[in-house]
Amino acid sequence: MTAMTARTATTAAAGPKRRRPRIGRALLLLVFAGYFLLPLYTAVDFTLGGSRRNMGHTLSIWTGLIHQDGFTENLMTSLKIAAVTVVLLLVLMVPTMAWLHLRLPRMRRLVEAVCLLPMAIPAVVIANGILGAFKSWPEAITGSWWILVFEYVVLALPFTYRSLDAGLSAIPLATLVEAARSLGASWPATLWRVVVPNIRTAIASAGILGAALALGEFTIAHLLLLDTFPVWTDQAGQQDGEVATTAAMLILFLSWLLLMVVSHLGRSRTAKTPKLQKTQTRTMQSQKPEKVGTGE
Amino acid sequence: MTAVREPAPAGASAGAGSPAPAEAASRFRSPWRRTGSATGSGSGAHSGATHRTRPLDLLGLAPFAVYVAVFLGAPAYAVITAAFQDDSGNATLSNVTAALQDPYRHAFSVSIQLSVISAVLGAVLGLALAVAVSGARRDGFVHRAVTTASGVLAYFGGLPLAFVFLATLGPQGLVTKWLNSAGYNLTQHGFVLWNMAGLVLVYLYFQIPLMLLVIFPALDGLRPQWEEAARNLGASRFQYWLRVGGPLLAPPFLGAVLLLFANAFAAYATAYALSTGSVPLVPIQIGSVMSGNVLAGQQNIGNALGLWMIVVVGLVVVAYALLQRRTARWLR
Repeated sequence: MTAMTARTATTAAAGPKRRRPRIGRALLLLVFAGYFLLPLYTAVDFTLGGSRRNMGHTLSIWTGLIHQDGFTENLMTSLKIAAVTVVLLLVLMVPTMAWLHLRLPRMRRLVEAVCLLPMAIPAVVIANGILGAFKSWPEAITGSWWILVFEYVVLALPFTYRSLDAGLSAIPLATLVEAARSLGASWPATLWRVVVPNIRTAIASAGILGAALALGEFTIAHLLLLDTFPVWTDQAGQQDGEVATTAAMLILFLSWLLLMVVSHLGRSRTAKTPKLQKTQTRTMQSQKPEKVGTGE
Repeated sequence: MTAVREPAPAGASAGAGSPAPAEAASRFRSPWRRTGSATGSGSGAHSGATHRTRPLDLLGLAPFAVYVAVFLGAPAYAVITAAFQDDSGNATLSNVTAALQDPYRHAFSVSIQLSVISAVLGAVLGLALAVAVSGARRDGFVHRAVTTASGVLAYFGGLPLAFVFLATLGPQGLVTKWLNSAGYNLTQHGFVLWNMAGLVLVYLYFQIPLMLLVIFPALDGLRPQWEEAARNLGASRFQYWLRVGGPLLAPPFLGAVLLLFANAFAAYATAYALSTGSVPLVPIQIGSVMSGNVLAGQQNIGNALGLWMIVVVGLVVVAYALLQRRTARWLR
């Protein structure tokens, strides 16, 4: 996406689209804004006690959340799951993707297809399969949050592949690795001190998206009867709608915060692209500079 | 969270070609063992050998391959094999066929209806919004707000979404109360959040942003020069869209409809939380079978339903990937 920004920014202003009837467009945008903002407004209002008949708005539901049975516990479990998922995801995928780009470019299509597989297999079906596949596995794994970590890494593969692939495609990986190797760095040192810093934006967005996924995932945890924060929220919802809505808004704001960071990372990379292009065209004459900042 | 996630389709293949010469030559010289110096990279002298895949290199993919085989392959395999077994493990087709009879037949028809309606509506509305926004200034507030919001909202399925809408249009919801005091009772007019209309309304909340994410790169890729060229050759605006813009946008648009379909078809959490499991959708049925609501002799009906889900979603995702590849040819 970033690659196009520069090109179209100059032309869009002068383009023929400008003469569109503006009132129609404004009206359309207004309707969409209403559809997307009204539910959020009413949900926030609801968590502030807005639906109670004869009381003003109050923060008591939010502050009372922490005293709810199981709130802290399950929130901690979900945060732990998210953290371990991110670490495992990156430890597995960063070396794999770097290796793929360096040594097995022919396998990229295949690995991409494999990484997209979780899109084709619904989470419900995965949950069902887990029951059948891991019957003989120790309860310590299949009956605990570890199985969730393992499966969330799988669910995160599609966007992790795209993110790391775009990051690795945008740097002169082979040159960098060769330079490091010929200066005597070991392969782990090269990976950690040369490759990782160069694709840190891509790593950050993959990790953050993984964390957001792990924080909010409900289907698998619920069907495997494991307690996480979303599962607790659902159970709370069967007794107290206000508490559940407040907890849901908490998940929402947490993951939105994370996702906003991703979208900010994407933008700041756009801003940095010109600098990157200059150094790269100097070192690698063969490379077309406009292609450097491709994709997200 | 729903299963289908699609951050940016443009990225995957776009960067593939660019660093080729230098990267290819150095791949010949192993970065793994230190052999020779890096000078001479990009000379192209070894071009014949550059793309050979060495068997030993494949070992580098082993951890990834094993991981995916265990945590995705094994569950999928378990579902597929169990779908063809009866309660005591003998081979049978009865579950696979029973999964297409009522009540599951009804579930498939409701699921497919919901997915088609929410995908087509989401795609059309998303395209309209994308076109409206692409006319705005790129660095302006509207454009930035919409792109950021769609990046965030497309990932927003699942449980929180259900509670947000319950607080809005549920029995205790604020909008429900406003309408009540204005003398309009939603339920009496046939609207509840867990019937078709309600579910479509809720699903659009993540379908439209997903559409924006998928279609923005394609819209941005339509270069103004192409329209100018067509206009200079005497084409009207309508002719441009009929002959140039339309045919170019058709594959990504169709692909997006498919992706949205798969997204809605696989979604479980939102519908479950809205209805506490009472809507007859295929994922909900599987969940209910998993919690033990199943007839004797049909222990594996959940696996059979899962198999059919994989077939439907798998075909749709493959078609989507093919259309996406076609788009990637002109989209840079």
